[in-house]
Amino acid sequence: MLEVKGLTGGYDNKAVLDSVSFEVHKGELFGILGPNGSGKTTLLSMLSGVLDYKRGSIRIKGKDLQDYSAKQLARVIAVLPQHSSLAFSYTVKETVSLGRYAHQTGWFHSWSAEDEEIVQRVMKQTGVAEFQDLHFERLSGGERQRVLLAQALAQEPEVLFLDEPTNHLDLSYQKELLDLMRKMAKEQELTVISIFHDLNLAGLYCDRLLLLAKGEIQAIAAPNEVLQQDRIQEVYRTTIEKHPHPALPKPQMFIVPQKHGGDYDPFEINQSHLTVGREMIRLNAPHPLRTMSSGVTGSGMGWHRYFVNRHVHHDYDCDDHLAEMADYLKAHNIDPQETVGMMTAVFLDTAAFKLVKAEGFSVFIIVTAGVGNAIDASLADRHSWSSAPGTINTWIFVNGHLAEEAFIHSIVTATEAKVKALHDLQVLDKVTNTYATGTSTDSILVAATQRGTTLQYGGTITPLGKLISRGVYDCTAEAIRNSRKRNEAL
Amino acid sequence: MPNQSIRTFLTTKWTLAYLLALLFLLFAGTIGISFGSVSVPIPVLLQIIGKEIFHLPISADPDVMLTNIVMNIRLPRVLLAGLVGASLAIAGAAFQGLLRNPLADPYTLGISSGASVGAVVTLFLNISLPFIGLYTLPALSILCSVITIFCVLAFAKKMDRSMKVETIILTGIIFSSFLSAFISLMIALTGEELRQIIGWLMGSVSMRGWNYIGIILPFFIIGTLILIMNTRELNAMTFGEDRAKHLGVDVQRRKLSILIAGSILTGAAVAVSGTIGFVGLVIPHLVRRIWGPDHIHLLPLSLLVGSGFLILADLVARTIIAPSELPIGVITSLIGAPAFALILLKRRRVGRTDA
Repeated sequence: MLEVKGLTGGYDNKAVLDSVSFEVHKGELFGILGPNGSGKTTLLSMLSGVLDYKRGSIRIKGKDLQDYSAKQLARVIAVLPQHSSLAFSYTVKETVSLGRYAHQTGWFHSWSAEDEEIVQRVMKQTGVAEFQDLHFERLSGGERQRVLLAQALAQEPEVLFLDEPTNHLDLSYQKELLDLMRKMAKEQELTVISIFHDLNLAGLYCDRLLLLAKGEIQAIAAPNEVLQQDRIQEVYRTTIEKHPHPALPKPQMFIVPQKHGGDYDPFEINQSHLTVGREMIRLNAPHPLRTMSSGVTGSGMGWHRYFVNRHVHHDYDCDDHLAEMADYLKAHNIDPQETVGMMTAVFLDTAAFKLVKAEGFSVFIIVTAGVGNAIDASLADRHSWSSAPGTINTWIFVNGHLAEEAFIHSIVTATEAKVKALHDLQVLDKVTNTYATGTSTDSILVAATQRGTTLQYGGTITPLGKLISRGVYDCTAEAIRNSRKRNEAL
Repeated sequence: MPNQSIRTFLTTKWTLAYLLALLFLLFAGTIGISFGSVSVPIPVLLQIIGKEIFHLPISADPDVMLTNIVMNIRLPRVLLAGLVGASLAIAGAAFQGLLRNPLADPYTLGISSGASVGAVVTLFLNISLPFIGLYTLPALSILCSVITIFCVLAFAKKMDRSMKVETIILTGIIFSSFLSAFISLMIALTGEELRQIIGWLMGSVSMRGWNYIGIILPFFIIGTLILIMNTRELNAMTFGEDRAKHLGVDVQRRKLSILIAGSILTGAAVAVSGTIGFVGLVIPHLVRRIWGPDHIHLLPLSLLVGSGFLILADLVARTIIAPSELPIGVITSLIGAPAFALILLKRRRVGRTDA
């Protein structure tokens, strides 16, 4: 659709672009990225025929750009400008109708029924039809942008150029615009070439990306390949982190703010943050902690400040325990969004906790354990499924900086320590009469302050693993003994 | 179908607009011919026009003196005023659209002064180019206006790449002052009778006769035709040159033809009537206020209204301190300069709320 070869040129004899070559295919959503001054806008001006270039060639549909007349070109390409000011106030419809200019020929340029139909269609598509009689200057930035998009679409282009299209748009319109672009690219084979400031939006929506720096192509490939942490850091000269999108196989880049004194001082989570009541065990962290957990609220990976282990009656059976838990937390003035919440039928005064220390870091562990429905995992298929409240809840607070893999190592290590504790206390699975490995609904939380010593691994013989195994083994054993004692006392 | 009714409404809106503008012009023309030191009653006027121009078999025999006044003095004068007003108004509308600038007009851009230089040089040095004879005056005026507008734009671009509205106006004023000084210098050197010269410079359509209509008419037709052919392009240009190009307008060519057509109209108008300021500013502004900025209609409507306006202005100029005559430029400036100030003030205010 579009072939660029050895494109060189710029303004006033100063070459902004230096032999840029690439191809864009029909129906592709193609993103152009680059830091300020990298030549993105210059490139777009050249591609859309507004700016002349010194050397190289641009071919659209196999024909050289310079061989197109202005009208012919406007029937093939359209541009959505970054900003637009108007000297006089036209109505929305008059503005959109100008998009038909290139299609109207002859002396009187009569307005045909087809023109009218197309204008109405694109106004509907972009959601501006309802204010078609309003004046352009009365509209908000986002609405103007959509009117200009309608104008560009009224040209019925095969290639659409966008210059930072999401600049003036709020979140929902950014998504709407880009969704529309994707839809038109896929369904109508519209070729969309867009400059992006936002790397993440570009990564989410584009089929391919071109990364420009100082007028040269740094990379041109699929988003995941272009958006490499090292490359982006180098091109944009800043610190960023790359993570996968939580819901899609797309890369996302995150900027990391510069650290200020005090912001990242290490702190220790210990007994002083813990309150054990009859109804709940609660730990309030002074700052959000990085968490990985299997709780009721706040499960998965996240950042949380509050940790609640709630006592419920052993017949607790709620259809929607998630909503019920959230309501419960709200009723106690705890924001469910910031909370990892768990439940247990165990009496909370049987909880065991312990702070274990090593060189440069420490781990604070809290366990509540009841073994009423202990199960041997190897023979689990003999049990029918039931979602009774978890009976061994393990919390591990690490006062250190954990790598992602260390979270997983820690869970594995903690589980192994728990199994060993159950074994040593000879907890049996009542159905199979073999040693139990846990209960049917155990929950675990690993939370880290992400300050201080960096801990890459958490396997059993690593410094972190050693603390976790020791602590979890001791606490689980103690909690089981406590709860047995309490049951005997009853 | 709702669209059908909207379109019918639009068609009616424009029909009504043209009808009103035409009626205004007709009214201005009629009272322009009728009123004066000797007034010609309208029925008599109709008889004269019918008889002398359309050669209708009218039995009544109007007074010979009145016939003479109408045919040799009033009618050419009104026609000339009408043509000059039309030229200036449509040129102003086109310049405003092209430069995205409601303050642009042949006068504020310095084009009128440029044309004056051409005319003054021709008149006072008594130049007559071979072959074109009578048309030496408008030809040199037009040439000077074309040169002026290109100089103004080139200079404005040098000052400020984005060619902000105020920059262009400022440049126009600089050129205007310079060219006026040049004219004064010439006048001083020729040592002719001052009042007559200044009268001409302030603009007048009196005692010009049919010759002058012959001078302006061909240029008026050419200039107007070129502009009318570019109305849709002017609409696109309102969004900026780059945007117009994206929409498929051959910007360089269209810009050139609009600038030249505007200069032809201005040059020819100045050649026959001297500098008459602000018509090109006030009229398009008024028309835009009433009927909107769509150049397809703005240009023809400005033409009609501008024509009627200048006929009335001329009527006022020659009757208000009768038997003396005011230069017509005084009247237009008296109305135009405050209007200019008002538009500027409004723009400033809009600019501030935007920021």
